[in-house]
Amino acid sequence: MNSFSAAITQLIDTFEAFPTVTYALIVGIFIAVCSSLLGVTLVLKRFSFIGDGLSHVAFGAMTFATVLGFLDNTYITLGLTIFFAVLLLRTNQNAKIKGDAAIAMISVGSLALGYLIINIATKLNIYTGNLSGDVCSTLFGSMAFTLIQRNEAILCIVLSLIVILAFIFLYNKIFAITFDEDFANATGTNANTYNLILAILIAIIVVISMKFVGSLLISALVIFPALSAMRIFKSFFSVTVFSVILSTFCTTLGFILSIMYSTPAGSTIVAVDIIAFSVCFVIGKLAGGNK
Amino acid sequence: MHQIECNNLVLGYDGKPILSGLSFFVDKGNYLCIVGENGSGKSTLMKTILGLKSPLSGEIKFGDGLKVKQIGYLPQQTEIQKDFPASVYEIVLSGCLSKCGLNPFYTAKHKELANKHINELGLDNLKKRCYRELSGGQQQRVLLARALCATEEIILLDEPVAGLDPKVTSQMYNLIDKINKSKHTTVIMISHDIGVAIKYATHILHIGKQSFFGTKEEYLNSDLLNKFDFKGGEISE
Repeated sequence: MNSFSAAITQLIDTFEAFPTVTYALIVGIFIAVCSSLLGVTLVLKRFSFIGDGLSHVAFGAMTFATVLGFLDNTYITLGLTIFFAVLLLRTNQNAKIKGDAAIAMISVGSLALGYLIINIATKLNIYTGNLSGDVCSTLFGSMAFTLIQRNEAILCIVLSLIVILAFIFLYNKIFAITFDEDFANATGTNANTYNLILAILIAIIVVISMKFVGSLLISALVIFPALSAMRIFKSFFSVTVFSVILSTFCTTLGFILSIMYSTPAGSTIVAVDIIAFSVCFVIGKLAGGNK
Repeated sequence: MHQIECNNLVLGYDGKPILSGLSFFVDKGNYLCIVGENGSGKSTLMKTILGLKSPLSGEIKFGDGLKVKQIGYLPQQTEIQKDFPASVYEIVLSGCLSKCGLNPFYTAKHKELANKHINELGLDNLKKRCYRELSGGQQQRVLLARALCATEEIILLDEPVAGLDPKVTSQMYNLIDKINKSKHTTVIMISHDIGVAIKYATHILHIGKQSFFGTKEEYLNSDLLNKFDFKGGEISE
C-alpha cells in the first residue's frame, strides 16, 4: 500500500510541478476521441493495416524532416503522411500490386529508410541529437510528452477538432460507404470522395498521435476501442459512441498510471486498452451477443 | 420514351469484350428477368446500368423521368456485411442518403420514409435488431427496404435469393412481385432460375452466346428456351 500512496504523491507532485502535464492529458483525450471515432470504420472496412502502415510512413517522414533541420517538423510530416494515405488508398482500389502488399512495402520501406537517414545524418554530423533516444521515442512515444509546449498542444487540439467535426458531419455518409460501397455509388454518393477524406483524416490522426503513443502503437488506439465496442454493442451508432467513451477512459487511466509508476505513457495506455478489450470480450461472450 | 434503353452495348473487362451487341429496354412497371449461364456477364451488365462500370461501347439512355444514380439496388451480400454491427433501422435509413443532398443529417421526412418501408416489409419487430443476427431472408428484406428508400421507381436485384431455403425463396419472390404490382415499381432481376423468370417476369433478357430480348411470351415460343436446361421450374407457394 505504501508504494501506492507514494505513486499518488508522485502524481500530485507531477501535476503541480509541471503545468504542461495538464496540456498533455487534454491532448491525449482529444487523440483518443479522434482515433476511436475513425477506428470503427477502419476496422469494418478492413482498413486497419492502412493505419498501421501510415504510422510507419509518419516515422520515416519525421526523421526526414528532423534531419533536414526543420524546427517544427509536424507540418512536413503531416503533408507526407497525407500524400501516402491517398496513395495507399488508391492502390488498394485498383492496382497491379495488391493492397496488403503495397501497404507492407510502403510501411516497411519508410521505417527502414527513416532509420537509415537518421543514422547517416548522425555519422555526417548533420544531426547532433540523441540518436537512439529520439528513435525510441518516435517509435514508442516520447517520455517527454508531458513537457508538451502550449503551441504544440493547440495545434493538436485544432487538428483533432477538424477530425471530430468532419466525422460528425459525414457520419451518415461514412456509415453508407462502410456498409455498402456499391449501393452508395449506385444511388449517387461518390464513395471514392469520402474514402479520400477518410484517408486524410486517418493521416491527421496518425501524425498527431505519434508523439503521444509513438508510431508503433498508434494502430492500437485506433483498433482496440472499436473492437472492444463491437463485442458488446449491436448498432453502428452505439458502437461508435461506446468506443469513444471507452477510449477516453482507457487513455486517461493509462496516462495517470504512467505518471504514478513512471512508465511510458503510450505502452501503458495500450496495456489498459488490451485489458478493456478482454473485459468486453468476456461480457460479449456471456451476453451471447456476438456470434 | 423508355425508362432505360440500351443500344448495342459491349461489356467487358480491361478492354476485352465478354458480351456484345446487347440491346434492350425497360418501361415503367415492367418486370425484367436477366438470365444466362455463370460468367455470361449478368452482374457486369447490372453494374453498367447502375453506372458503377462504363460499357466498352454502346449507349444507355435514361428516360421517363429516371436519372442515372437514381436506382434502388439490392446487391449480393459482401464479406464485410456478415459481421457488421448495425441495426435494421440504421441500414434502411441509409437508403435515404441520396435524398439528403447537401444536408449532412436525415430529416423527419426521411425517418418516416424508412419506417414506412420497414413496416411494409414486415420488419417492425426487427427494427432494433442487429443485422448480423438476422436470418438470410430477413437480411434480404432489410436490403430491399433500403433500396425502396432510395427510390420506388426502379429496383435492380442481383440474385436476391442466393443462399435462401426454398420456402423463404418463394416468399421473397412473392414480395418482389407484390412490390412490382402494387407500387408499379420497375424490377430488373438477375436470376439463375428460368422457372421464376417465366412465372413472374413480363420481359426476359437471356444473355450468352446467343442473346435474346423480348416479352415472356416471345421467349416461351423461341427455340432458345429448349436449349437451356429447363426442368419445369414451377415454384411451390
